[in-house]
Amino acid sequence: MNINLLTQIVFYFFAGMTVLSAGVVVFSRNLIHCAFALLFTFFGVAGLYVFLGADFLAGAQVVIYVGGILVLLIFGVMLTQKLYELHLKAETFQFWPAFALTAAVFLTLITIMVRTSWHKTDLQPLDPTTARIGALFMREYVLPFEVASIFLLIALIGAAMIVRRRSE
Amino acid sequence: MIGLGHYLVVSAALFSLGIMAVMTRKNAVNVLMGIELILNSANINLVAFSRFSSGNLDGQLYAIFVIVIAAAEAAVALAIVLSMYRIVKSVDLDRADTLKG
Repeated sequence: MNINLLTQIVFYFFAGMTVLSAGVVVFSRNLIHCAFALLFTFFGVAGLYVFLGADFLAGAQVVIYVGGILVLLIFGVMLTQKLYELHLKAETFQFWPAFALTAAVFLTLITIMVRTSWHKTDLQPLDPTTARIGALFMREYVLPFEVASIFLLIALIGAAMIVRRRSE
Repeated sequence: MIGLGHYLVVSAALFSLGIMAVMTRKNAVNVLMGIELILNSANINLVAFSRFSSGNLDGQLYAIFVIVIAAAEAAVALAIVLSMYRIVKSVDLDRADTLKG
């Protein structure tokens, strides 16, 4: 089979999976369905990263988004809904004005994208990126790296402080 | 051949869907899901431009910082949602109007 055609088929599979499951996240009436559709969106985005040659980022996407953020969101759903009453409905409001605005945003983005002549370079060969990313983090990006670690620590302490029961 | 435009279209679609979720949902957790969609679309753009436009890894590093901020945002926002649920017994964003005059 032609390798080019195969590449296109796999790309459209991941792109379709991403966009369709994002549509389920937005339009589904059931909160649990939303949360599980988000799983497929994150996996689809990870597949697109693999296509773009970002192997480390694809792994990080699966580990952090699927393993961390999605589990946290599902905890949020479970802890804030009365599961026994089957009350897991997600209400929507102002649907059509929001839909019109969203369509306008989408069309604007597509128009800008088509009209701009983007700067193009020759495609680099697809090498493993992890070692180069690690070297960049330790050299050029060492200050943002340290700031990000402090930031994560502050967010962790802050989140624990917010949910703590006041002892009074 | 798959080019830059394909990725930009996917990213624009994800961004629009995320905005739609943020604008139409009443449930706070659902709004958070919309924000995650928006951050993912920005990440696709960064990585796509890193591959097709710049040829170096800077875009991927920015994408990693975006993931870091998304993780911190999800943790703090869910803490706020749980705290709000404890106080007003609901995650309906219309009920979070204590500061309204």
